[in-house]
Amino acid sequence: MKNKSRIFENIVHGIFLILGLITVGCVLLITVYLIVSGIPAIREIGIFNFLFGKKWASTAATPSYGILPFIMTSVYGTAGAIVLGVPVGFLTAVYLAKLAPKKVKAVVETAVKLLAGIPSVVYGLVGMLVLVPAIKSIFGIPDGASLFAAIIVLAVMILPSIISVSMTALESVPNEYEDASLALGATPVETYFKVSVPAAKSGIAAAVVLGVGRAIGEAMAVMMVSGNAANMPSIFKSVRFLTTAVASEMSYSSGLQRQALFSIALVLFLFIMLINAALNFFLKHDKEK
Amino acid sequence: MDNSIAAVTGTAVRTPEKSGMSPRRIAYIVTMKILMGASAVFTCTITLFIICYVFFKGIPNISWELLSTSPSYLADRIGILPDIANTLYILIAALVIVLPLGVGAAVYLTEYAQNKKLVGIIEYAAETLSGIPSIIYGLVGMLFFCQFLGFQTSLIAGALTLVVMNLPTIMRTTQESLKTVPQSYREGAFGLGAGKWRVIRTVVLPDCVDGVITGCILSVGRILGESAALLFTAGFAHTLNGFISFQNGALTTGLSSSGSTLTVALYVYAKEQGEFEIAFAIAAILMILTMLINLSAAAVGRYFNKRRSS
Repeated sequence: MKNKSRIFENIVHGIFLILGLITVGCVLLITVYLIVSGIPAIREIGIFNFLFGKKWASTAATPSYGILPFIMTSVYGTAGAIVLGVPVGFLTAVYLAKLAPKKVKAVVETAVKLLAGIPSVVYGLVGMLVLVPAIKSIFGIPDGASLFAAIIVLAVMILPSIISVSMTALESVPNEYEDASLALGATPVETYFKVSVPAAKSGIAAAVVLGVGRAIGEAMAVMMVSGNAANMPSIFKSVRFLTTAVASEMSYSSGLQRQALFSIALVLFLFIMLINAALNFFLKHDKEK
Repeated sequence: MDNSIAAVTGTAVRTPEKSGMSPRRIAYIVTMKILMGASAVFTCTITLFIICYVFFKGIPNISWELLSTSPSYLADRIGILPDIANTLYILIAALVIVLPLGVGAAVYLTEYAQNKKLVGIIEYAAETLSGIPSIIYGLVGMLFFCQFLGFQTSLIAGALTLVVMNLPTIMRTTQESLKTVPQSYREGAFGLGAGKWRVIRTVVLPDCVDGVITGCILSVGRILGESAALLFTAGFAHTLNGFISFQNGALTTGLSSSGSTLTVALYVYAKEQGEFEIAFAIAAILMILTMLINLSAAAVGRYFNKRRSS
């Protein structure tokens, strides 16, 4: 009897162990698949030509596969979204965490949660029909679908993650810090920006990194507003991101072109892994304090 | 403008005479307050604008015919019933598979795991999964589920891709809720002679329902809004399939055929076919669903908080 139940418990333990390891298996599977399917094209094209080639013409008679335009577009687009989105998100977070009256806080938090829940294709649709024509008429360019439109859409899309992560960081600053500063004669606003914010700085850094990850990985919304031509990035030109490069040609690609798309995904994956490592660094730093 | 922002920040701007501060300090405080107020107002305005715009453009286009028919070139009409059905199929299939996996993983991490290193590795893997962009999930899902496992482009391949995407969400919410189950409950049950599995089944799991439900709601939201991962795994077809049906004498399921969900349909109608009225109607439906999900998440949170504290 005793033996039987021990065997049963061991089996249950084993099942849960397997369930626990599934996540690890998934990560390994994704990594292995991307590497295995991404390497051949890079080998054939040559890593230097692939990463630093300025011309992407996958369907031309003599195709050339240079993804520098995509890399630069992703970098510029993400940087632009961070420059626009972080200040707004950060200030909103400070306001919500420290200054806002309870009722206002509840309303704005609801809005932020809604913003986080809007599907990316809806952002794309609104961007396509409001932002793109607006950019076209304001700046007088032939087509509004441009890097600029993508940057604005991305900036709005990363707002919720930046706000909620920075808010959590700001709210966990010990009250004693603020009380001490107030007792020394600083006003509340001075205290929040000169004491609370520095104390929460690694949490806020994590929020920014999370925003970078969101922005660089977004595909659908960007695809709908960025015009999708493989140009080197320029603010009012039609551009193609790493993500949209994969998405836009996948359905009809074959041969080396298809393999090159997998290589683009591998490059994107490496970017994301770097960002994840940075995120972990900041979050761990936060915990140790 | 200044007045309204001061009203929003809830504190009147102090007059310099009374506070006796240097003009520079006052300027700093006022600027910061204005900037914060403006940012918060901006965040709310943009949310309100998107919601109103989508409703304004979309709701007039929602009709019973749109919701209850399939698209037909002969009758020259577009109906989104197949897309609604596909969304439901994917939702159900993904949740049914991801729930046991996610909850099981969370139980392992909080109840069984002794090895700290292993826990660290699993948690790191979960974090990595939640950071991977959906387009990469779509690509690997296509390679693994559609090609390697031979599911072709089908709803089930899409659902399995979403399972991997949502695993970390369910795991995290369940884990958080498991951590709040008092250790004394477990000790009490062990003291009465119950085995580990029995303790988990009868004491621990019933007490973490709130985490599981929260995880479900979050996952539903994510699945409804997902499009990039489904583009290459579930495809674009607009034909209506039964969840389970008899065809040629064999039991088949709609899950094995290709089909677009609401989000993918929105993308196709807007970007490839230029049918903006339909796209906005779908967008309005998605927004209503998003709002419902947010409301129910808040309601569930409140309900369980109250129950916990009482």
